[in-house]
Amino acid sequence: MKRALQFLFFFLVVRPVLLVILGMNVRGREHLPEKGPAVLVANHNSHLDTLTLMALFPLKDLHRLRPAAAADYFLANRWLKWFALNIINIIPLARGGVRKNPLADLEAALDRNEILILFPEGSRGEPEQRADFKRGVAYLAKARPDVPVYPVFMHGLGKALPKGSLILVPFNCDVFAGPAIRWTGDAQSFMGELELRMTELADEGRFQPWE
Amino acid sequence: MPIPDALPDTVFYAIAVIYALLIAASVIVAVMKRKKPGAATEELSRRVTSWWFMITIFSVAIVTNRVVSTVFLGFVTFLAFKEYLSLIPTRRVDRVILLFAYWAIPVQFVFAHLNSYGLFLTFIPVWMFLFLPMAMTLMGKTEGFLRAVGTLSWGLMITVFALSHTAMLLAADKDVAGPAGGAGLLLFLVALTQFNDVAQFTWGRLFGRHKIAPQVSPKKTWEGFLGGLGSTMIGAAIAGPFLTPMPFYYAGVAGAIIAVAGFLGDITISSFKRDLGVKDSGGLIPGHGGILDRVDSLIYAAPVFYHAMHFFVFSGRI
Repeated sequence: MKRALQFLFFFLVVRPVLLVILGMNVRGREHLPEKGPAVLVANHNSHLDTLTLMALFPLKDLHRLRPAAAADYFLANRWLKWFALNIINIIPLARGGVRKNPLADLEAALDRNEILILFPEGSRGEPEQRADFKRGVAYLAKARPDVPVYPVFMHGLGKALPKGSLILVPFNCDVFAGPAIRWTGDAQSFMGELELRMTELADEGRFQPWE
Repeated sequence: MPIPDALPDTVFYAIAVIYALLIAASVIVAVMKRKKPGAATEELSRRVTSWWFMITIFSVAIVTNRVVSTVFLGFVTFLAFKEYLSLIPTRRVDRVILLFAYWAIPVQFVFAHLNSYGLFLTFIPVWMFLFLPMAMTLMGKTEGFLRAVGTLSWGLMITVFALSHTAMLLAADKDVAGPAGGAGLLLFLVALTQFNDVAQFTWGRLFGRHKIAPQVSPKKTWEGFLGGLGSTMIGAAIAGPFLTPMPFYYAGVAGAIIAVAGFLGDITISSFKRDLGVKDSGGLIPGHGGILDRVDSLIYAAPVFYHAMHFFVFSGRI
């Protein structure tokens, strides 16, 4: 039932909107994983980011995609909670560590061969401006060193639906996926590698300012 | 509901001829691929495959009925305008204004569909031209105002206003549109504009020597331009009597107008892309680039051809 609703939502709403109103320019699609376990790491500009990343995969694999999302935001009210848990299929993360291992749910998902979607910037922040990555992704890579981590750079969705706006304005968006990296042995070099790959992907586009 | 007039047979014959050319092109490219495999022929082959899709979508849209055709043309225009807005620098404060600008598309195409010449001509160059800067002013941010209003107005003209002339051709009065009606005129314009692009490219590849606009478009040559012009004039003279109210000699002149305007549209959009530092306007059509890369020549050819038809032919002056 849950899977059917998710399938219908993506088939009838997300894909048509992305195809007709937004328009996606995807580069490096061949780099994306065909099956889990895997981690997608992307910059975060808009609520549309998660939907767009999920739409890059075949509909039959939808239920294997698990976006990690802030529990305090997405579980705040019943409707959003139902939608986030059932349709988007998020893994809720508690911000501001209460448990012993905050990554336990993510590790468990990887052990079930699922594909995680992470936004290490933490929040959508200022649209179309990259923020520093938080290090949680490094600890996850350390805990599961064989799992490939795929950097994905996105541009344009922050213009179409930035934080704080309810009006969707049509803009083409760019999605650049790069080859996977793996745990490098220590957190600092891993984060350095990840940031470097993201910067390289971002530099593939010629983006005009948006202020 | 009245039964709409059936599409004249000549439109179907013309589409059949286009498919015959497409099959010929596919065979030639397949042979080239076998003889000289490489990145260049690979690209050419992707282009031809995309042509199959584009021609099929266009043909279905044009033969279904006029409402479908106009909606289709409006949708292509929407894609072109969206591509434009996605490429240029915009201001965050103008998001709502951009949404208004998008709504100009359905309005403009309704005026075209109704063949309402006065509203069609004034809506964007007068009303949107005055409205958009006013709305931006009310938003209250003056920093970057001139750039924002300048780029938005130009974009609306170059994409929406220019391309909406295709729908205006479609709506041309039965009495003046000629043997194949508005659909015939549209087919004449679009087929010859695209044919001219391909002919220019082919002549240029085979004999191109003397660069025509090295700063803007280094691959364009005089040989390509003149070869395209000659081929398009011949094509137009042959197709004209079937698809338009013009005899072959005037149709040949119309072909020349389409070829020259198409070339100018092509390099004008190249200029725009070069300024922004992009090679293609997008990645929607494999082997071609974005929508703007495909309709660049039509952006000039459509208004020039329409107004030439309106002034000389529809009015009965010639």
